[in-house]
Amino acid sequence: MGFFRGGVAQGAGLRKDLPSSGAADLRGLLDQGSGKRRGRAGVCGGLVLPTLGSVTLIATQSLTKTYGGRVTALADLTVAVEPGIIGLVGANGAGKSTLIKILLGLIAPTSGQVSVLGIDPTSDPAAVRARVGYMPEHDCLPPDLSASELVTHLGRMSGLPRTAARERASEALRHVGLYEERYRPVGGYSTGMKQRVKLAQALVHDPDLLLLDEPTNGLDPAGRDAMLALVHRIGTEFGISVLVCSHLLGEVERICDTLIAIDGGKLLRADNISAMTTATDVLAVEVSEGTEELAARLAELKLPVARDGRLLLVPLADDSTYDLILGAVAELDLPLHRLDQRRHRVAELFATRELSHA
Amino acid sequence: MPEPTAAAVRPAPTGVIHDIGYQRYEGPRLGRRQVFGALYGHGLRTAFGFGRSAKAKIFPWLVVGIVSLVAVALAAIRSQIGEPVATYAQFADAMSWLVIFFVAVVAPELVSRDLRSGVLPLYFSRPLPRSDYALAKLLALVTALWLLLGGPQLLMFLGAAFTTKQGMRGVWNELLDLLPGLLYAGLWAVVFASIGLLVASLTGKRAFAAGGIVAVFLMTTPIVGVLSILPSRAANELAGLASPSTLVQGVGIWSLGDLLVEGDPGEMMIGGFGPVYALAAVLLVAGATALLLVRYRKVAS
Repeated sequence: MGFFRGGVAQGAGLRKDLPSSGAADLRGLLDQGSGKRRGRAGVCGGLVLPTLGSVTLIATQSLTKTYGGRVTALADLTVAVEPGIIGLVGANGAGKSTLIKILLGLIAPTSGQVSVLGIDPTSDPAAVRARVGYMPEHDCLPPDLSASELVTHLGRMSGLPRTAARERASEALRHVGLYEERYRPVGGYSTGMKQRVKLAQALVHDPDLLLLDEPTNGLDPAGRDAMLALVHRIGTEFGISVLVCSHLLGEVERICDTLIAIDGGKLLRADNISAMTTATDVLAVEVSEGTEELAARLAELKLPVARDGRLLLVPLADDSTYDLILGAVAELDLPLHRLDQRRHRVAELFATRELSHA
Repeated sequence: MPEPTAAAVRPAPTGVIHDIGYQRYEGPRLGRRQVFGALYGHGLRTAFGFGRSAKAKIFPWLVVGIVSLVAVALAAIRSQIGEPVATYAQFADAMSWLVIFFVAVVAPELVSRDLRSGVLPLYFSRPLPRSDYALAKLLALVTALWLLLGGPQLLMFLGAAFTTKQGMRGVWNELLDLLPGLLYAGLWAVVFASIGLLVASLTGKRAFAAGGIVAVFLMTTPIVGVLSILPSRAANELAGLASPSTLVQGVGIWSLGDLLVEGDPGEMMIGGFGPVYALAAVLLVAGATALLLVRYRKVAS
């Protein structure tokens, strides 16, 4: 059924067979019963921080950050995630960067508790930073140094001895896909190469956790796919947990195990990605006439059909769902208007939320 | 779809690179002191343009060249006429303009460049405390300035030691002259580095930083000039406090006496205010360093 699923191929090479431009319907997720919430991550109401097990990667408890007592960047954020690839999604200004800076111990939360790799970054930031690699969102590379020099130097700043720093720097640069270019000044690099250097410097000291702030910023679609594939590879093959920040849900959901969605500093949802996506893949069927007949026919086929105006919504179990629907339409000889996978962008979700703020 | 390995994508012309995948690092991780040392060493190398482009080497080495040339010339003249043209401390004083020039070039190189490129978050997301960053840079600049003045002093000493006619006794006397000179060079280095680095840390634009440093050191000299012609003896004697250069000279006159002014009272009198000059110098360095630390507590967070 390749015709109908044309959009899927774009994300090829990534683990999830999901439409690359589409995104899960978070609104729908939020409305669903909380019974499904306990996946690999969850909203842990009764969490007691000091007794966190070693499996907990990041845990926050009622984390709040206000600037100057007026601007609220994070509000009562409670979340706990296990190792893996974690997507942190939210619109610009949702508090993603603030959360990352708190995790690094760069800024102190106004109230609440936080734990990274079992260490409290507010009391022992050096211990956290020794085991964490950080890739900032903004440009941060001196243009006149070569990638090799810069990453070696930053490796030494992370406490690697001189020769180890040099070896690890060239390894890290090789892993992100920079070869001979690494001896040229960074000033002449493309945006994609600069992003790779930023990733390499976060990897050089072999951290247990990478914090990536908008790693696909400024990249073209091919560059985005390459960067996401790289992040996915780091999370799976290298055995390093990754927290990847993005304002594009459709992007991070392709590589993540766990998704944390925040907006206006508040947690929208934190959950295992499979729990979210299986629930959201819905086929929308529209026929010019005979909607009732089709609904009845699909119900006979044991497909849970829902009505949404002129549309019939059928949960997408696997490819056979397409066959069943098309078979039913052909059988009833109805004029099929459209059959597509429901697509929602995170932007829609936040657009409605922002209206409610106003 | 399996990811193509690096080896598959980039076949080497001679033989095959085997992608052995990602290796965890099991080796030692150094502590705070060694990281501080690495940053200090890096700063010292940067000061003289090592590990940098040829363009970055021009100005530091131009200054080093001039200062060394003067020292060699002084040593040569001395060996001919048999008596010193300038003491070690006087040499340091005479080079003060070049020291200012060197600070104006090197201090922005050490800190403004990092501010401009936004690289600081990469430092501060590592275990290294912010104060260590600032202090390592400061120490690197102090060392660079001290080497700038102390190196040529050593050249003068070697010249004198090899041409002395009094044997080992002459060498020993010469060494006793050199050591206060080196200390005096250290005073120049500490005062000028702390002020220069503070000014440079305020802006990411190197040209502004260089201009600011020159302004702080040179624009304050007219104040000294005005104060020293006021019809008040105390004002004249305290005039030197108004500018870093004259402040350092004041401390030198007080502590080294004839090593700096040699019997001739010189144009700048400090009267009995020597300890005031020393205290002012200490406070100036402490204040500038404290402000530098405050600056780095706030920047790039």
